[in-house]
Amino acid sequence: MSDTAAVSHGHGTGTGLSNNKLLMWVFLGSECLLFGGLISTYLIYRGRFGDGPAPGDIFDIPFTSVSSFVLLMSSLTMVLALAALQRGDIRNNRVWLLTTALLGSLFIGGQVYEFTTFVREGLGYTTSPFSSAFFTLTGFHGVHVSLGIIMLMSLLISSLRGTLTKERSETVEIVGLYWHFVDVVWIFIFTVIYLVPSPTS
Amino acid sequence: MSTAAAEHVDSNDEEHEHPSDAKYMQIAAILAFVTALEVGTYFVEMPGAVLIPLLMVMMVYKFFYVAAWFMHLRFDSPLFTKFFVTGLVLATVVYGILLTIFEFWHKG
Repeated sequence: MSDTAAVSHGHGTGTGLSNNKLLMWVFLGSECLLFGGLISTYLIYRGRFGDGPAPGDIFDIPFTSVSSFVLLMSSLTMVLALAALQRGDIRNNRVWLLTTALLGSLFIGGQVYEFTTFVREGLGYTTSPFSSAFFTLTGFHGVHVSLGIIMLMSLLISSLRGTLTKERSETVEIVGLYWHFVDVVWIFIFTVIYLVPSPTS
Repeated sequence: MSTAAAEHVDSNDEEHEHPSDAKYMQIAAILAFVTALEVGTYFVEMPGAVLIPLLMVMMVYKFFYVAAWFMHLRFDSPLFTKFFVTGLVLATVVYGILLTIFEFWHKG
């Protein structure tokens, strides 16, 4: 193992752990506070929809369920991409990275469709405190997924250039941690925002 | 590197023995099944006092499964878990207080 790879895997660091991975976990811990704030704000404002559409009238649960399933399965393909690289299976690593990026893109496509439908039905960003809180929360999550897709595509390009090898599998692991976190946040959003009965007009 | 540090690194190497692809698929199937149950509650008439705790249990179950198996917290150093749980607990306490101040639990 090269010196750089050894340090990135935690050999030679003070804790015996990879500093990059530790930093990602600290970042994810701080992200809990960001999304906690956004979810709480939504919960406080979900009953304040004024003359605009109410959450219970506008949410399309079957459609969002399919989107949630797609994102959940992208976590599986992400972990399979990492497992493939750890075995030195470059081909399958590329296949699973691409599949994860495609599933993420499908989720984002669903979110764009949902937002467009809501706007057409009269729910704009400034329609009511409910709409502002809803679009801010789900929009922030969408931005996180989009950044994840960019990271996955960067990994894929790196792999095609031949620089993403078994020794650098920790890079995929760190991007994977971010991706799974985004999935975990959606598990919360899907239940608390969509499945828990919402106020109707 | 001290002996203790060397032992620590060795133990980390042992902890990095991750599950097989088949195991990951099994976990994903369980998560998909729980998601189907969650969605199923939307189509069944149920009192809120039963529905909301049920949804919360399924949500937490899915969260722990993804964190433990896909994020490898089950196999990695407990220090990673501590950092993540600190953020999670801090968020739960801070926003629990916020929701209480805004009387969310009474007004809903």
